[in-house]
Amino acid sequence: MTLDLPWGQLLVNGLALGSLYALTAFGIVLIFKTTRVITFAQGETAMFSTFVAFTLLTALQLPFAVAFVVTMLFAGLFGALIERVVLRRISTTTVLNPVIVTVGLSLILLGAAGWIWGYEIRTFPDPVVGPPFHLGTVVVSQLNALIFLVTLVLMTVLFAFFRFSATGIAMRAVAENRVAAQLMGISIGRMNALGWGMGTAMGAVTGMLIAPINYLDPGMMGDVALKAFAAAVVGGLTSLPGAVLGGLLLGIIDSVAGFEVAELRNTIAFALIVLVLVVRPAGLLGRHETKKV
Amino acid sequence: MVRWLRTRWRAAAPYGLGLAAVLVIPAVLGVIPGVAPGYILYLVSLAFIYAIVAIGLGILIGYTGQISLGHAGFFAIGAYTTALLTLRLGLPFVVAVLVAGSVSAAIGFLLGLPALRLSGPYLAVATLGFGLAIPQLVVWQGSWTGGSSGLHGLPLASLPLGAFTIVFRTDQDYYYLAAGVLIVLTIFARNVVTSHTGRAFVAIRDSEIAARAMGVDLVRYKTTAFALSALYAGIAGGLYAHLLHGISPEDFTVLLSVDFLTMIVLGGLGSVGGALSGALLLTFLQNALTRLPVVHDFKNLYIVVLGAILILTIAFLPHGLAGVVRSVRQRWAARVRGGAPRVDQIVELGEGSGVR
Repeated sequence: MTLDLPWGQLLVNGLALGSLYALTAFGIVLIFKTTRVITFAQGETAMFSTFVAFTLLTALQLPFAVAFVVTMLFAGLFGALIERVVLRRISTTTVLNPVIVTVGLSLILLGAAGWIWGYEIRTFPDPVVGPPFHLGTVVVSQLNALIFLVTLVLMTVLFAFFRFSATGIAMRAVAENRVAAQLMGISIGRMNALGWGMGTAMGAVTGMLIAPINYLDPGMMGDVALKAFAAAVVGGLTSLPGAVLGGLLLGIIDSVAGFEVAELRNTIAFALIVLVLVVRPAGLLGRHETKKV
Repeated sequence: MVRWLRTRWRAAAPYGLGLAAVLVIPAVLGVIPGVAPGYILYLVSLAFIYAIVAIGLGILIGYTGQISLGHAGFFAIGAYTTALLTLRLGLPFVVAVLVAGSVSAAIGFLLGLPALRLSGPYLAVATLGFGLAIPQLVVWQGSWTGGSSGLHGLPLASLPLGAFTIVFRTDQDYYYLAAGVLIVLTIFARNVVTSHTGRAFVAIRDSEIAARAMGVDLVRYKTTAFALSALYAGIAGGLYAHLLHGISPEDFTVLLSVDFLTMIVLGGLGSVGGALSGALLLTFLQNALTRLPVVHDFKNLYIVVLGAILILTIAFLPHGLAGVVRSVRQRWAARVRGGAPRVDQIVELGEGSGVR
């Protein structure tokens, strides 16, 4: 790798991309922590929600901010519904069952989206237009600036939610010890639904902000979901800050790798997953869980 | 007298079924090429090849409890190794397939090593990444793998037998080849899972800690399970490359890995016969869907059906088709004795897909 890369620019682009990975990874970790289920449908629920946003923007001509909020609400309800209707009925005595069921869900959503909206590649309306910002030699597009802003706001809100609100603390209690939380009068079912709803909404945000950069089609989230998984694993599946850190790291690696060896971006993500799991199975910030007999 | 005959017959029926299977299956296998058109033969051969992968994957997931969402990767490794060896180096088909199986098994062994430290969900993510990485590596190394356009014009498969050589020219020849390999590998798999190795696999699946306490060497058996299932996928990949006479990276998507998973879930985890029947059923279903006159958008329909099969099987038939067959058989046996099921049958019912 040569050293005369445009490092500053790659860093900014990588952080923007990484913020989006971080949001999706955050959703995966949130769902995993609250429900003990690692979802393989995160990418597809996000894709489906992005198509809903697209319909709101083009068919109903709603302003972007309104469509954004409505889609987040839709995704939240959608996620909670999935938890209620599907996952609650599945025995989770084995790890394999939820994996299979969420893979099945992702297939159904993929097929449904292909059915409703078709496979032609569409361009997603730009949320912001205008001249980019210049920081020295580094160019920050309006879209990237919006991504930073949205991520920052969401992270702050979520931090406050988990720190100060009773519901947030209850969710953390469920993640910590389900039985004890239940004995304290916390409804596990409600927290599971809430976790799924919030996690799915986070994915939808990624979808709506990455679609203007890439494109819109049913396969749009495939690679993004893999990067988000890698980010979640790198950060430690049990750590929310870890997911954010992992996401940003993945974004930077992706941005630099995309500049050097674009065709190997998935392979690098895979290699990173294996490397982290071999060296530090609990991830950068995760806790290693010992199995009790 | 009539009553005596009836009870005798009922008691003998399960064994009779087994005997019938031994007699009927080879007969049907032998007759199909005579009556079925070439296209059906091609389809059955494809189903047999997928069944080989499914049986191998079943050893890994159903018996050992290790998840893989990336078996299309091993399938691709087998297909590309075989194709490159026959096309570029002119090696005989049989040698190429055996080398392909070994290469795939070796890589399976390596992937099994990190799996030693990983539990369910982590492993699922890692193998998913593996499945995505392989086609990308193939495209990246385009100068000798043919890149995204793939490798085409593979030589005919052949089998040297002493003085003369069998060349597999027609669909019919190929059908016999696939059926032969499938039968050998099915018997081998059945022997493995009923051997002490198979019992070690099941012990690991049901509780790693208990297995270790009983002296089961986790390193050895987990990597063995990975290598074995990769061997199956690799051999099947080699057969696949020659059945189609050509391959490209697009043949080995994540969707194919999910196909394999669906086959064993539908058939029933922890059952060789289940993996086999799941593979046959799903391949025919996929083909039947493309033929529906009302559907012009086959891909979407197939994906939705696949997802529905996965969810509904887990929700309503946790032991798959094999579980249905098993419970019917037990009910039958219980009726014959006119009483409760035997203890060993209760134990058998409790077994299954206990992946932890």
